[in-house]
Amino acid sequence: MRSETVLNMEGISKSFPGVRALHNVDFTLRKGEIHALMGENGAGKSTLIKVLTGVYEKDAGQSILDGKPVHFRSPQEALSMGIGTVFQEIALCPNLTVAENMFIGRSRSRFVQWKEMNAKAEEMLSSLGIPASPTQELSSCSIAVQQMVSIARAIDMDCKILILDEPTSSLDEDEVQKLFALMRELKARGVGIIFITHFIDQVYEISDTITVLRNGELIGEYQTSKLPQIELISKMMGKALSDVSAIEKQEKSKSARSVPVFEATGLSSAAGVRPFDFTIEKGEVNGFAGLLGSGRSESVRAIFAADKVTGGEVKVNGKRVKLKTPLHAMKKGIGYLPEDRKRDGIIGELSVRDNIILALQVMKGFFRPLSRKQAEEFAVEYIQKLGIKTPSIDTPIESLSGGNQQKVVLARWLLTNPMYLILDEPTRGIDVGTKVEIQKLVLKLAEDGMSLTFISSEIDEMLRVCTRLIVMKDREIVGELSGMSLTEQDTMQMIAQGGK
Amino acid sequence: MSRLKAFVSRLSHLFLPLFVLALLIIVNLIKGADYFSITMVNGAFYGNIPNMLFGASELVILSIGMTLVTAASQGQDISIGETGAITSAIFVWYVLRAGDVTLLTILVGFLISCVAGLVIGAFNGTLVSVFKVQPMVATLILFLGGRSIAFMIDGKVSPILANEISNRIGTVIPGLPIQTPIILTVVFIAIVSVVLKTTNLRLYVESVGINPSAVRLNGIDPKKIIFLTFLIMGVCSAVAGFIAVNKAGRHDSVNLLKFIMMDAILAVALGGNSLGGGKFSITGSIIGAYTIEMLNRTLLRLEVNPEAIKVFKAVFIIMLMVVASPVVRVVVRKALDRAKTIASRYSRGHTGGLSNAVVSMTDTTGKKED
Ligand SMILES: Nc1ncnc2c1ncn2[C@@H]1O[C@H](COP(=O)(O)OP(=O)(O)OP(=O)(O)O)[C@@H](O)[C@H]1O
Ligand SMILES: [Mg+2]
Repeated sequence: MRSETVLNMEGISKSFPGVRALHNVDFTLRKGEIHALMGENGAGKSTLIKVLTGVYEKDAGQSILDGKPVHFRSPQEALSMGIGTVFQEIALCPNLTVAENMFIGRSRSRFVQWKEMNAKAEEMLSSLGIPASPTQELSSCSIAVQQMVSIARAIDMDCKILILDEPTSSLDEDEVQKLFALMRELKARGVGIIFITHFIDQVYEISDTITVLRNGELIGEYQTSKLPQIELISKMMGKALSDVSAIEKQEKSKSARSVPVFEATGLSSAAGVRPFDFTIEKGEVNGFAGLLGSGRSESVRAIFAADKVTGGEVKVNGKRVKLKTPLHAMKKGIGYLPEDRKRDGIIGELSVRDNIILALQVMKGFFRPLSRKQAEEFAVEYIQKLGIKTPSIDTPIESLSGGNQQKVVLARWLLTNPMYLILDEPTRGIDVGTKVEIQKLVLKLAEDGMSLTFISSEIDEMLRVCTRLIVMKDREIVGELSGMSLTEQDTMQMIAQGGK
Repeated sequence: MSRLKAFVSRLSHLFLPLFVLALLIIVNLIKGADYFSITMVNGAFYGNIPNMLFGASELVILSIGMTLVTAASQGQDISIGETGAITSAIFVWYVLRAGDVTLLTILVGFLISCVAGLVIGAFNGTLVSVFKVQPMVATLILFLGGRSIAFMIDGKVSPILANEISNRIGTVIPGLPIQTPIILTVVFIAIVSVVLKTTNLRLYVESVGINPSAVRLNGIDPKKIIFLTFLIMGVCSAVAGFIAVNKAGRHDSVNLLKFIMMDAILAVALGGNSLGGGKFSITGSIIGAYTIEMLNRTLLRLEVNPEAIKVFKAVFIIMLMVVASPVVRVVVRKALDRAKTIASRYSRGHTGGLSNAVVSMTDTTGKKED
């Protein structure tokens, strides 16, 4: 029993210099359907969305909305025809308020009623449970809140189609459930929803239909209930099933260790974490767990001196040191992959090569540039190691797909080969196959003697790689779990209760 | 192969300045080809081309500094002419104080003026990097007050540099076929390219201009880099002031390098550099600088009233800014995309793509009409 078609895309092709992003792809969306668009990093999911909404001009094919061919020249035009979109990279104005970001460019009337706007924003924020005030400046919100705001912006109860490109990549379970509730409500009203994500569980929880893309080509459309997970993954990766199950197996390394490489006592920062103690040993992988805004990221930023350190004592390899800037921390062998890729990670217009070598180059110093050949070799090495999809090493990083940008930033820190590496959401936006590869890599690095801190909003991912979890609540450490108590249930319980 | 591609893509960045330069050459050729003839007089080259290279020396040097300041600080230094006036006043003061002018006197005077340039650069750089003042506003201070300072250093109206060495620096050294300012400019460009080769200046400056927040987390202090570009700008201004004052033979604190920042900023923009910072091309700016010198001379040759030249240039700048603006770029890119699409549909011929093409072409034309 299939309901009426609302959108039909036929024979869509789109190439960029050196890449065929989409080749002859068909896609159908029906009324009241939640349709998951799946594929590996660089498969062409975001490109399909951008072609539909007029960000890119397509090379071939056509889109039919409600039986009529349409051709949008901009996302605004698409929005006026009832297609609301949340793009993968948050595109809001950081120095406007939350309410302004929600309404600017969409209000029909020219004269904005500020009071009315703020009231309406307040209503939407509370219905979605977003912890922000309408008059707050957006840049003061966490990336998760920003993501929620961009969702709120796209949602219009009267729209025909809602497109969500990885909307949940930095959300916690609670926020995800709120978003899903909203999606179900829209679905009941007959809105067609396109949902892109790399979280397989979420796909099975919410979607009715799945379309799989691989290397820019359509693999097929399936009913979610009739497609087993394992099969879905193999369709995405194009590998035989046995491959995948082999990857799914994980081994936890147990090596003898006891030497602390980094110790902090009473560390606090201007970003507002309460003074905390922290130790990591050689070859250990630990993690910070906690809800959104619990201070996970702020804690590791304090370790790396990314925020102004306001107090505390730090020892590296047993020796007291003062870490005042990220450069000090880097020189002492600490690396930090930040959570917000767009704001803190990529240097958009620079090439993939320059983005990979940046941190290593800074550590070598201003007067010692890597030779061109050396830089190229490093870049090529890591492009192969992490399977980064890019037409060339000279391509500007901003034209890579989201997941591939993330891999480049990860490569940058792996290349510096630090003694202690902090990874804040290293697998955000990265596809299932590569996620497992990265987890394996982390365990391998630890075995070779590197210490790592691994933060993820996916608890099971942390459980897979960490031997110790530090649980945070309200910017304070409330407990620690290791050994036998390191189970999903115990962790969830501790996070929820905030302590024993 | 990829080298070739990289080369072609670099050329495409230089498209704008080369295009304008070619246009100016054509205009001048139409006006009479003898314009470009070069003759030898007393073993030195003479003609409009050497004159142009000679005249553009200061502008070329200043536009190099301006490129770096723009790339890192996302703004412009408007006090460069005034800085040059101050540093050259110090140079003249030092040289006139010494009774007997030797090469050493000139050299020491030059170095002192460079130090003065560094001090001024440090002043501007501190305002911009530490106190976060907009570059144009920060440099407005010296733009307004700089010439008075130069005047006070002079102590009297237009001190004259009447010595043989200055004369040779400002014109030509007997026996050499090329005028000295041209040689100095080439040496300066060579030094800059060596610096770019042997340091990470480019990587740091571009990164800071593109994403200061990310750069900080990679161990680069954006403040230091912005400060550094203003120091370099200070030295460029001092060198330009040195050349200008030796050319003129006297220090005219009112007119020396007057309004040259307009041309320098224009050279940077013309060179395909974004005035909003980020990636930069010094080659582009240098070509841009020579193009502007040529533009000035062409307008004079076309007997445009010197007062009206400013209007012409203003119109030219506006056109340039519009053409190079991101808005137009996006529109052009999409138009090219569309052209490509239509072309590929036609080349696919009758194989079923045609009916498709007709549908979407009627669709786009239908759109345009409403
Ligand atoms: N603006 C662009 N310029 C050049 N190439 C691009 C551009 N946008 C996308 N591409 C290329 O098109 C391909 C598909 O990218 P797309 O962003 O659609 O992938 P995706 O499926 O969304 O991946 P991800 O899961 O990583 O977000 C990639 O190989 C990418 O490099
Ligand atoms: Mg994407």
